[in-house]
Amino acid sequence: MSGENSTGIKKTDEKRPDEGIARRSFLTGAGAAGTAVAALTLPAAEEAKAQQAPAAAAASDPRSDSPLILNATENAFVQAVVDTFIPADGLSPSGTDCGVAVFIDRQLAGAYGRGAKLYRSGPYFKGKPEHGYQLPLTPYEFIRAGIADANAWTQKTYGKEFDRLTPAQRDEALKVMDAGKAEFINAKMFFEQLYALTIEGFFADPIYGGNRNKVAWKMIGYPGLPANYGGGKALEYRGKKVVLEPKSIGDFS
Amino acid sequence: MAIRLKEVDAVTVGVGWTGSILARELTKAGLTVVGLERGANQSPAQDFALPGIRDEFKYRLRTELMQDTAMETLTLRHAPGETALPWRRWGAFSPGDGVGGAGTHWNGVTWRFLPTDFEIRSHLTQRYGRNAIPPEMTLQDWGVTYAELEPYFDRFEKLCGVSGKAGNLGGQKIEGGNIFEGPRAAEYPNKPLTMAQCGLIFDKATKGLGMHPFPIPSSNNSAAYTNPEGLTLGACQYCGHCEFFGCEANSKASPHTCILPVLLKDPKYELRTNAYVNKIIYDKAARKVSGVTYIDRRTGEEYEQPANIVLLCAYPFNNTGLMLMSGIGAPYDPGTGQGVVGKNYCYQVTSNMQIFVDDEINPFIGTGVSPCAVDDWQGDNFDHGGLGFFGGGFISAAQTGGRPIQVRAVPPGTPRWGSEWKKATAQWYNHFFAINTHGSNYPHRNNYLDLDPNYKDAIGRPLVRMTFNLFENDWKMSAFLTEKAVQIGRAINPRHMGNAVPRRGNFDGRVGQTVHNTGGTIMGADPRTSVVNRYLQSWDADNLFVMGASVFAHNGGYNPTGTVGALAYWSARAIVQDYVKMPGPLVRA
Repeated sequence: MSGENSTGIKKTDEKRPDEGIARRSFLTGAGAAGTAVAALTLPAAEEAKAQQAPAAAAASDPRSDSPLILNATENAFVQAVVDTFIPADGLSPSGTDCGVAVFIDRQLAGAYGRGAKLYRSGPYFKGKPEHGYQLPLTPYEFIRAGIADANAWTQKTYGKEFDRLTPAQRDEALKVMDAGKAEFINAKMFFEQLYALTIEGFFADPIYGGNRNKVAWKMIGYPGLPANYGGGKALEYRGKKVVLEPKSIGDFS
Repeated sequence: MAIRLKEVDAVTVGVGWTGSILARELTKAGLTVVGLERGANQSPAQDFALPGIRDEFKYRLRTELMQDTAMETLTLRHAPGETALPWRRWGAFSPGDGVGGAGTHWNGVTWRFLPTDFEIRSHLTQRYGRNAIPPEMTLQDWGVTYAELEPYFDRFEKLCGVSGKAGNLGGQKIEGGNIFEGPRAAEYPNKPLTMAQCGLIFDKATKGLGMHPFPIPSSNNSAAYTNPEGLTLGACQYCGHCEFFGCEANSKASPHTCILPVLLKDPKYELRTNAYVNKIIYDKAARKVSGVTYIDRRTGEEYEQPANIVLLCAYPFNNTGLMLMSGIGAPYDPGTGQGVVGKNYCYQVTSNMQIFVDDEINPFIGTGVSPCAVDDWQGDNFDHGGLGFFGGGFISAAQTGGRPIQVRAVPPGTPRWGSEWKKATAQWYNHFFAINTHGSNYPHRNNYLDLDPNYKDAIGRPLVRMTFNLFENDWKMSAFLTEKAVQIGRAINPRHMGNAVPRRGNFDGRVGQTVHNTGGTIMGADPRTSVVNRYLQSWDADNLFVMGASVFAHNGGYNPTGTVGALAYWSARAIVQDYVKMPGPLVRA
């Protein structure tokens, strides 16, 4: 989905003996380069504005997309997941091209991924679902273990790792996980974690690496900053369609 | 050994709303006060400034202003006899941290509890009979009346510049305000905020059903306002970033906007941050406390701060935990029903439903306070005869900001992802709002707080353990309120209605509900059934006073801060005018 579609180059490396590794290394780069290409799916006027925005220039630097913590297999998995959740269509580029995979990598490499604001003292018990997360894994460790288990499960079920499945198979595999019927450890919790990170990355301020060119905000009509509707604007705008060019934190910094 | 510091007249444990109010009132009366705050200070001019403060991900999803569970958390079990497990990260609620406390990140909703709330047991017994309250529902009167508190509600509202419309001035009911509120001596200090579109829709639908809609009182000031401390608050910008955020416009009342600039200039006051109080020093024989010990987090050193008066001004869990760890008062025992510390912990019972309409809702133009509510189904505002439950709550149209990670909805049946989900998300973002029910939670014999035997915080103290579940009274009340919300939803005649699911089953620690935790050090008229007397003075040490929602004897269906503020001023008056002149118990046991 991600790099393949937007670059138009398809699995040129399939015959290499170390195909998995080579393919993934290639895709990681292609996903980043895809950003500029993907902007073509936006209306021309939007694209012109996006090209002028300083944030867009920074985000399109392919070097800034290199993963901080995910290895090639993990990065390919995450890209395939976010592209299934957020496929490229008339409303936005793919999840990867929106920067969502970069967002997830940055989150897992940073304080959150390493267990900040997480109580980590034992003893550990399974507890009831209402107790929430009760595992001695940091979010990064949890996702890393989950990717390995999920890939082993799709290998068993479909004969391939997740990122090599067809779009329809990926969609089906995620539905099985969402339904709590995927046969690997913590499958439903792993799914919910991936889903939450994807939504966060897609809709969060672009300073975190996702929502490039404020594409998700444009999609829904969220104007972002400065969000000051005092001085009578709350009344003036009430019940009316408000069209404002979204602004992000970076636009004011 | 703790390093002993110079004695002061009073020390506050915590510097949020109550710590600031008490320190201000006591220093004004000439006393020296030290405020000990476990977290850091915050500078509204820098920490809550544009553009960084408009960051939903940082403040809402990663809860930047909230207590760090790695430092200190709680454990949860549903019944005595079960093993409690820690909240490893927050779910149902998240307590605040740092100077200003919950008063920094709150939404600004500023209710008064109902007159019947303060005399709940007497009232329900009188109306429904001696045996109407089931034995396991440990409701009791608070030992103070609404009439006594009225001037102090007024005082707190004027401190905050509350925007609202009176519905009961001196007993005269006024349409357009909340006609169910207790009699007020004065109108609100500020006019209501501009009602958002969803409020207008809700107003029309509820009026058509014979209900009594009104704008919820809000400490987001509708116009610039100078409070009695001489501090000026700005006008609300309707930015939609109240809950979990500091206020960029200084229009949301908080300790930082309403008190601290004056208090911090007073040479009789000293604020110490990163001061983690670990014990109240208690002489059981003398029935006195002599100060507190705390750890300075900058050095790891332990200090003893001697004080003539100790004011416990922390969050309910911390107030209760410190009383238990310091051996003050008899711990509550759910087996016998004896003991008091930890008793009557209460939460709240909520539900919500999404309404999809053609109107342009503009969810991103919002204040912390839902624009319009009905109070017809609150407390005992309606006849509970034959209903099989007590309590109730307000129902409101909610529009507190269209922050896009969390505030989106798609009609039932929409897939969770993919192009169809994106299309529906884009289509409905600006065309939906929620109807919320915000219900009471009455105490149950088995619901209480104590110290956990297994888990410790970062400085080695036991965590507070919450034993809490929802019961038949809660489920029935939630079903009743949710059905009323559905009636309102149908009257709106929307394009789609989301699923309206009343709260049922076990209390779920994962799902965000309210941040309104109460009880544990409850007030009352009898030392056998309460921790503090009607002036919030400990029955076990006359120079120890406990502030905040931990003194609520039950939780009504309202946000608590208005009542917290009124009780703080009520207690401050008693300390300054009565206690200081003649130290000793203010009420004979």
